[in-house]
Amino acid sequence: MARPLINAPKSVRRGEVFDIRILIAHPMESGQRRDDVGKPIPREIINRFVCTYGGEEVFRAEFFPAIAANPFLTFSVSAVESGVIVMTWTDDLGASQFESIEITVT
Amino acid sequence: MRAAALLALLLFAGPAVAQPRSGYWDAGPQVRAMQDDDTANPGFLWVEQGRAAWQAPPPGGKACAGCHGDIAAMRGVAARYPAADPASGAPVDLAGRINLCRAVNQSAPKLAREGAEMLALAAAIGVESRGLPQRIATDGPMASVIARGEALFRTRMGQLNLSCAQCHEARAGARLGGAVIPEGHANAYPEYRLEWQTIGSLARRIRACLTGVRAEPFAADAPEMLELEAWLALRGAGLPMETPGVRP
Repeated sequence: MARPLINAPKSVRRGEVFDIRILIAHPMESGQRRDDVGKPIPREIINRFVCTYGGEEVFRAEFFPAIAANPFLTFSVSAVESGVIVMTWTDDLGASQFESIEITVT
Repeated sequence: MRAAALLALLLFAGPAVAQPRSGYWDAGPQVRAMQDDDTANPGFLWVEQGRAAWQAPPPGGKACAGCHGDIAAMRGVAARYPAADPASGAPVDLAGRINLCRAVNQSAPKLAREGAEMLALAAAIGVESRGLPQRIATDGPMASVIARGEALFRTRMGQLNLSCAQCHEARAGARLGGAVIPEGHANAYPEYRLEWQTIGSLARRIRACLTGVRAEPFAADAPEMLELEAWLALRGAGLPMETPGVRP
């Protein structure tokens, strides 16, 4: 699976609210479709997304089957300290993937 | 004299679509915004995959970067395909060119024309030509390929008995159901279609139209497909490349 595309500033001023944007490569198979011989295609979506900042959870999302393939997520975070932002997501197969970025607060 | 001038004008007017209009303008503001922002354009998932593949040597072979160097050297390449292969003189499109390179220079197995790896490489090469005008060679072996492509474009096909030109030329800008009919240019492929929820080739898009008019689609590697691709490239000559485009 291709790596996600993440867009976030490298450095921000203390107290500033900044956006993190992430585009995740995932088929988000809804479970509603059938294959060419009529057999249902099992659901396989990202069902949970968590973002931590310096170890503290700052954003969490539950995903449902109506979300399109390759989901794009934007959320805002308030800059507190320089640290690592870790984004983790889990799909229906139980597979978990994460990406981390470093942010410098000035 | 005036009749002669008019005749000359008709003869030298070139492709019937005088000023081609990219399907980008028919895609709606939200979709255009998606295409314009590289971090929101899902096509870049494949572009990144292709850039990685460019650097990675296939087992026992040489990486693309081993001969071509940085992928930035591919600027302008995607804008001039389909073209004749200089070695054999046979017309190839970009996917065909990649597979020729793999077979001749990289001693690697061919990639499936519409597999993720091929689409990723084609997207990564294509994005280097973004903004450059699409301009293919029209001389030598390409002349007859383009002529056959135009003939196909104007041939009625399928149970609905429609030609490409009847929708994408005569009725471009009108509506088919809720959707605006675009002129059907090929300047944004491989492109991400929201309808497909993935990236796809021009051949896939042509197949969708062929099944739409209830004709039997050409195989992905059929000569007809290449002829149509060549004609579409000439018909949209001058349009800036948009790879990877986003369409509804």
